[in-house]
Amino acid sequence: MAFGVIKHVRKVFQLEEIGWTAPEPVVALDDASFQFEEGELVALLGPSGCGKTTLLRIVGGLIAKSAGSVAIAGREVTKPMGDYGFVFQAPSLMPWRNVLDNVLFPMEILRKNDAAARRHAHELLELVGLSGFLSARPHQLSGGMQQRVALCRALVHRPRLLLMDEPFGALDELTRMEMNDLLLRIRHETKASVLFVTHSISEAVYLSDKVVIFSKRPARVVKEMAIPLAYPRSQKVRFTPAFTVAERIASEALGVVAPTADEAPAHAAQGAGRQ
Amino acid sequence: MRLRIFSQVLYPLAGVLLIIAAWVLACWLLNIPTVVLPSPDKVLRALVVRSDLLLSEGWVTLRETLYGFVLAMLVGLPLAVAVANSRPLNLMFYPLLIALQSVPKVALAPMILVWLGTGLESKLALVWLVAFFPIIVDTAAGLRATPKELLELAQSLNASPLQIFLKVQLPAALPFVVTGAKVAITLAVIGAVIGEFVGSSEGLGFLLQSATSQLDTPLAFAALFALSVLGIFVYALVGLGERLMSSWLPPAPAHQ
Repeated sequence: MAFGVIKHVRKVFQLEEIGWTAPEPVVALDDASFQFEEGELVALLGPSGCGKTTLLRIVGGLIAKSAGSVAIAGREVTKPMGDYGFVFQAPSLMPWRNVLDNVLFPMEILRKNDAAARRHAHELLELVGLSGFLSARPHQLSGGMQQRVALCRALVHRPRLLLMDEPFGALDELTRMEMNDLLLRIRHETKASVLFVTHSISEAVYLSDKVVIFSKRPARVVKEMAIPLAYPRSQKVRFTPAFTVAERIASEALGVVAPTADEAPAHAAQGAGRQ
Repeated sequence: MRLRIFSQVLYPLAGVLLIIAAWVLACWLLNIPTVVLPSPDKVLRALVVRSDLLLSEGWVTLRETLYGFVLAMLVGLPLAVAVANSRPLNLMFYPLLIALQSVPKVALAPMILVWLGTGLESKLALVWLVAFFPIIVDTAAGLRATPKELLELAQSLNASPLQIFLKVQLPAALPFVVTGAKVAITLAVIGAVIGEFVGSSEGLGFLLQSATSQLDTPLAFAALFALSVLGIFVYALVGLGERLMSSWLPPAPAHQ
């Protein structure tokens, strides 16, 4: 069985869950199914507000699903598992803690804040190029540096699965490219399995083994595509025909460009199609 | 640097001097009797001559203020935690708190005196009444303003409610607690003076009232001056507490 199995997940937010006055319950997620293997980096791509984030929270056990099943490593997820890492859109660091203590926060909660944990935190901060900022406060860092700290915090407890919710969406393009390369490097070093929510087509194609494409809300999976680009990838890959083709297929699935008459190259690059 | 000294020290000083000058001039030119408005030199003399009295009465008021403030913190903080974390408790007590706040405390003072007597207890009750409201409201607001992502992060690690409170909510709320404490401490002085006005045999409020009734206006003004010094002093104490916690507090306040 695959490492991650997401089957017919549906989420309807009841009125009392949303907390504001909506005329009727909101269907955030209509039907999401896909699978992924251990060590894969899977991008969940779709328009803003389509329910990808909701799916990520369901996989993380933070909110309950209305129907369907989510199994990671053979365990059905119904509550937080305690061994996942989270990176949010905002760095969400604690302003009252320095960089090192922010990274060590999960270890404190898990009561494993020992010498080995500190060593691992140092290694991770070294890996993201922040070993000179251990005692800096978050407000002294740039947005990109803060997000790197958040990435270390998500990895410090060696999570089984890394869940990233548009983590680089608020960064400028150059910083974002840098962060993409950093993520790939970290993924290579840690062999982490990653679910990565984004609404950037090129980011999704650049990073992932596989892209799962969602429709507008209520979200359904409209396409699953394997990205036929070899790792390690560098920014040069963006200018290859295979990259452009993958971007075009994703754009067509999202409905941002009309399907091309000549389907031949598209099918050649396409992975497991759905429906 | 020189410019900053000029603007930060000299300007406020000049403002004070200007008002004192206007005060002196008004007393001389309009020939205002001392009973109505004593000239600054008479107030200064009262401050010097009666300094022992002012200090001992000030000590009484200071104690009432600080004890009442600490009491308000001790009751207000746990109550804020309860109100912020429990929806039933919030619904049960928050409207009551608002209702209590809209009751003028001066109007309650005579009754509190009947219940608790003219000693320290009635002053503590009044100080507590005026001071605990900003503490509870600001603290509850701070606890509720904890960033959602930090709470989710803690939840994703299966943090216990106590861990979430101690490691996330409380530090996140701390700047709000300090703001509430700053408002509360200035109100606490007012609460103590109200208590002394209504029924007491000591304290600066009592001194102020007895001096006025004996037409000793310079002493009344001196007491007033002592009260404002006391107010600044206790506010500075809270400021010092804030300074000591500065390693906890974010540099730019998250509110205002």
